[in-house]
Amino acid sequence: MMDYIVGLRGYAATLQQAKKKHPDALLDLREYPLEGVQVVDERTYRIKIYGKYPQFSYWLAMTFFAPMPVEAEHFYAQAGMSERNLVLDWWPVGSGPYYLSENNPNQRMVLTRNPNFVGETYPMEGEPKDAEAGLLSDAGRPLPLIDRVVFSLEKETIPYWNKFLQGYYDAAGISSDSFDQAVQVSVGGETNVTDEMKAQGIQLSTSVATSTSYIGFNWLDPVVGGSSERATKLRRAISIAVDFEEFISIFANGRGISAQSPIPPGIFGYREGEAGINRYVYDWVSGAPRRKSINDARRLLSEAGYPNGLDEKTKQPLVIYLDTTATGVGSKSRLDWLRKQLDKINVQLVARSTDYNRFQDKIRKGDTQMFYFGWNADYPDPENFLFLLHGAQGKVAKGGENASNYNNPEYDRLFDRMRNIENGPERQKIIDEMLEILRRDSPWIWGQHPKDYVLHHTWLHNSKPNKMANNSLKYLRIDAAQRNELRSRWNEPKLWPLGLCAAVLVLLGWWLWRVLRQREEAR
Amino acid sequence: MIAYLIRRILYAIPILIGVNVLTFSLFFVVNTTDDMARMQLGMKRVTPEAIEKWKQQHGYDRPLLFNEHEAGLKKISDTIFFQKSIRMFMFDFGSSNDGRDIAREIQARMLPSLAIALPTFIVGLLIYITFALLMTLFRATALDVMGVSLCVLLMSVSGLFYIIGGQFVVSKLWHWVPISGYASGVDGIKFILLPVLIGVMGSVGSSSRWYRTIFLEEAGKDYVRTARAKGLSELRVLFGHVLKNAMIPILTGVVVVIPLLFMGSLLTESFFGIPGLGSYTIDAINAQDFGVVRAMVFLGSVLYIAGLVLTDISYTMVDPRVRL
Repeated sequence: MMDYIVGLRGYAATLQQAKKKHPDALLDLREYPLEGVQVVDERTYRIKIYGKYPQFSYWLAMTFFAPMPVEAEHFYAQAGMSERNLVLDWWPVGSGPYYLSENNPNQRMVLTRNPNFVGETYPMEGEPKDAEAGLLSDAGRPLPLIDRVVFSLEKETIPYWNKFLQGYYDAAGISSDSFDQAVQVSVGGETNVTDEMKAQGIQLSTSVATSTSYIGFNWLDPVVGGSSERATKLRRAISIAVDFEEFISIFANGRGISAQSPIPPGIFGYREGEAGINRYVYDWVSGAPRRKSINDARRLLSEAGYPNGLDEKTKQPLVIYLDTTATGVGSKSRLDWLRKQLDKINVQLVARSTDYNRFQDKIRKGDTQMFYFGWNADYPDPENFLFLLHGAQGKVAKGGENASNYNNPEYDRLFDRMRNIENGPERQKIIDEMLEILRRDSPWIWGQHPKDYVLHHTWLHNSKPNKMANNSLKYLRIDAAQRNELRSRWNEPKLWPLGLCAAVLVLLGWWLWRVLRQREEAR
Repeated sequence: MIAYLIRRILYAIPILIGVNVLTFSLFFVVNTTDDMARMQLGMKRVTPEAIEKWKQQHGYDRPLLFNEHEAGLKKISDTIFFQKSIRMFMFDFGSSNDGRDIAREIQARMLPSLAIALPTFIVGLLIYITFALLMTLFRATALDVMGVSLCVLLMSVSGLFYIIGGQFVVSKLWHWVPISGYASGVDGIKFILLPVLIGVMGSVGSSSRWYRTIFLEEAGKDYVRTARAKGLSELRVLFGHVLKNAMIPILTGVVVVIPLLFMGSLLTESFFGIPGLGSYTIDAINAQDFGVVRAMVFLGSVLYIAGLVLTDISYTMVDPRVRL
């Protein structure tokens, strides 16, 4: 934020100096005015930023911009508070629809309706199909719609899933273990809950997450990196060979869509249909993208100087190294799958599994060739994805978020133009140009955008998955009477096994006693 | 005995220093202080300045073991090892990376762990000894063979199977108790019944066989034969003589684990949602929280040493011939 808010850079130095002068005293920020921020009235403040930065409004929605009463800071700064674990980040003070009335992340956290929260109502309009799905039936009602929300910690998926089926949780995600029990996929590819779930009134909501998982190529690597035609064709060949549709089908139960670029659906700049496909990896056939054939990949590999997977100069097989943090037994199948993909074009893959720290260290130093990575959107703007390939964000050179160290001056120039203009045809045109450059250069195997699957019981209303918004709780509504009735009906204790166990134990005891008596009498 | 206790406490000091040095070395071989800062600050947009600031705030901006920029004793004392270790011997565990007081956290988590571990331990001990005594009572009969076979069968089944199977049958099919959860006081009884039952079941095979071996060895001794020859009933021989004289080997295995009951069980607590100490160390290792790892290893060592001392003391109580 120092690069955006006027005076913030100098402000940090001012506060550090003040802290040095009075190391034990609480800094009252009211005594240290910040040049770019003015208080307008009791409920309004104004921030002045350098230049134009439309994404700033998204930053304002993040937690670190939440307004905080100065009294709270003074309260927690009292002597002895932190020693008793009474600190602001454990007992936060805010102005939202709920307050944290119980905080034990190791067991449960309880949110209770904030009696002072007023003035916000359920939205009157939504996305297409929202009204049809019943998501607007509470339109205009004051928020929040639930008085008390309990979050319980379940570390294991099996008890979590069983408790959801018993009705003790209102909503649940689906683990791979439970997927077949919960979801069925029709011949047409449509997903729905199984008959067993339907009988319980369980409903399924799906949405593509605003995130992307990819395999990055290190642009600084002499084999796979750089803008030469040889390296570009090699990357394209590998991109074609790694069949992410198969990956999604095998490892994610179909919960995802193949990525055509870094931008996921739902973010401005994403294009549906033929206009949105990556023509270097896919063809548009019968109204759907189809991955190019493995022969195309082999041809590209040959043009790159590796006919049949052999370096034409040294006649040695091409070996590609993948760095990953995947070290567990469960990861082996994924790495084997990836090996098999490259094997299709006779390229050998060596997976270098390492711990998280060493992996990050390798990424920072550029000591990788290929690596698994991912990104979740911070805010719904294409800039938040496209900056991952901006030269100024190069991981090795600048310590930024461009882990591939991709560098293309033309892309960087377009990025700098695109970031500061409003969404519209002009911005879309620039994004299209940027995506074309990226697809041509292929610094990533674009991977997939995962799909969120959320199951919820019939008594939970207004549930709509959204990986980015953290404030959707206030819109949810519960039919508590229906929940209690169904929960009791589903969980009536069966007592006959208890009687049977007791009878068996008594009989066994009696029999043993008899045997013992007979033995004693025989002595 | 007091001299013995003082001697053992003095012996414990170098052991605890050694454990502390080993924990410190192993932790910082795998993690650097920069790694710790990055883990806490998140994966996105972590600047070198933020890392330095975090290290400064948490006392990780010093050298690890030797400070060459300082003079005299400060070369040793102004290091991460010294600053983080010395207070621990006063049982001041300091704060975790997220700013929580570790001693308070341990205190809060210890009770739920104990709520499961103590009943499991007591009920288990009673059942294992009873079962072993029954097998001894009917030794060399078909009942004994059946009992031993059952023990081998129960030993062969994975602990995870008992947990998942127990939750499925007892909670999902029969709805006797909740699948998982925890509450303090009387409300909590329904939550601890199943983990206790499964905890007891999980060890009934191995423990009963072990106790059976002890009892059989004792039952073959001359004084037992004499007791039988004098006409004592088999039950009186077993409970009046064999059980009493088998106490030393039983105590060897039992008393040493009593202090460690506080440390909880990772698997049981994870599956039953018990907010105990079982996963505290593992979570801390994953979060690269040196403060917690160090405190938990230290506490584990102290409790283990305490268990060994208690075992020695208990010998004197059951066998008057033993002197400390």
